[in-house]
Amino acid sequence: MPIFAVGCGAGFSGDRTDAAAPVVQTLIEWGGPAAIIFENLAERTLASHQLTKRINSQLGYEPLLELELEPILADCLLNQITIVGNFGAANPEGAAKVIQALAKRLGLPSPRIAIVVGDSLAGEAANVLLHQHLGEQFDQVNFVCANAYQGAREIADAILAGAQIVVTGRVADPSLTLGPAMAYFCWSNDNWNALAGATMAGHLLECGAQVTGGYFADPGLKDVPEIHNIGFPIAEIEFDGSCIITKANNTGGLVNARTVKEQLLYELHDPAAYITPDVVADITSATVTEIAPNRVRLSGVIGHPRTNTLKTNIFFDGGWFGEGEISYAGPNAAGRARLAMEILQKRLGPIMKLRFDLIGLSSIFGDDDNALLSSAIKNPVRSEAHDVRLRVAGQHQDLKIIDLLLREVTALWTGGPAGGGGVRIAKRQRLSTQSCLIERKQLPAAFYFLPNE
Amino acid sequence: MTTISLYELAHARTGDKGNCANISLIAYQPEDYEWLVEQVTVDRVAAQFAHRKPTKVVRYLLPKLGAMNFVLDGALDGGVNDSLNLDMHGKALSFHLLAMQIASK
Repeated sequence: MPIFAVGCGAGFSGDRTDAAAPVVQTLIEWGGPAAIIFENLAERTLASHQLTKRINSQLGYEPLLELELEPILADCLLNQITIVGNFGAANPEGAAKVIQALAKRLGLPSPRIAIVVGDSLAGEAANVLLHQHLGEQFDQVNFVCANAYQGAREIADAILAGAQIVVTGRVADPSLTLGPAMAYFCWSNDNWNALAGATMAGHLLECGAQVTGGYFADPGLKDVPEIHNIGFPIAEIEFDGSCIITKANNTGGLVNARTVKEQLLYELHDPAAYITPDVVADITSATVTEIAPNRVRLSGVIGHPRTNTLKTNIFFDGGWFGEGEISYAGPNAAGRARLAMEILQKRLGPIMKLRFDLIGLSSIFGDDDNALLSSAIKNPVRSEAHDVRLRVAGQHQDLKIIDLLLREVTALWTGGPAGGGGVRIAKRQRLSTQSCLIERKQLPAAFYFLPNE
Repeated sequence: MTTISLYELAHARTGDKGNCANISLIAYQPEDYEWLVEQVTVDRVAAQFAHRKPTKVVRYLLPKLGAMNFVLDGALDGGVNDSLNLDMHGKALSFHLLAMQIASK
């Protein structure tokens, strides 16, 4: 039975750059047809790269691109392992040129690099389209970028046309895996069950280590061997879209029914209708079976026809975010941290909404209205904590107000409670977001090859 | 009534899309699944996360996987772009669900 293997080399922008090499070595040792994917675009990442591109039009692609590809580029080209990545981000052609230059620097023949376009909505026609869909919520003055989630078809077509590397901007994460599988198996656009199966294989791969024991380990209860050397996943995809999930040889980590089930449901809403640009996948009849150590089979995924629309994320400048922290320890630490909190609330509360955390009592479970924190403070046991770090955070359109917030945290050193130390402050530009569904016929995708130098 | 922590019977993972969190809840032992379905209702989960003010809580059942999927709309203070939380994704929220006490079988 023919198998097509897809390995994962990265699961987010900034992932470990030594993870891909063992995956590629494993694919080479296996010897069958294979691809490796790099998933570098979380919801907000692309807009952040767009801000970078505003400052330098040569940038805007994944900043770790060269570090990601240098360890594996020669081996992939030599062994016909197709590389597919959304590391193009806000500048796919820029990324393709970087890869071309990298190949040259490594003394490799110039690779055939395809660039998938059609995700970015820019220009006057795009403004009209976005205004139609968002109405008054389309704030043209603060508009940063809009990107539709494109699908696997153009990736597959680029590979069928001879691409060794496919660079994309925004495509749905599972489409990175589905594209090369579609090309290998020659699946048509309406082979729904196969597309759905391979889509869920892609879903399992797209976060890298999250299916091999990362975001999973809980010592004593869910132990993961050698997690410091966690191996990245590989999906062995079959002709009907079923797959076996495994991981790179000679690595740590774990693939079992638990890791696979957790990742299968990750970022999923209705399990009967997981919507991608390619298909609507239904996992309610799917089964997850351990067939050998670190080998788990997913089968029984059902596919329904794709929708007529593409999800589009639209980002706007959202002013500024600022946060600051200061620590108190020893007797009455919590009392002193609370006093510092009250000082900030009295001085800044009238001009901005503040979120507080008392790290050590209550922090990340809480809400931006401080309701959970207020009840934690009233709990006599927890409020006696002897090592407490106050955190305050706020947002404002005006950078001057954010700078004032940061100065007020710093001023707690001299003007706040006793023994306060370890002030840290930070600020960053905020991006606000909207999303909408746009008819796919209005957003055609395409691919082209980067010309050889 | 004796109670047991959900943490002892199930494992969980949070994901986020925009201002919406989903939390999977997966039985360690298949024989506990029906009990979990009976105990971990939409109302119980909505109460556990009341301070997050979700606008809607939906539960999906996946008996073949021994799993449930809870979708909490509007529970992330605006989500990754808007939240002031250290954990703007809500990654830790699965453990707030697992901290829930349910009746022992």
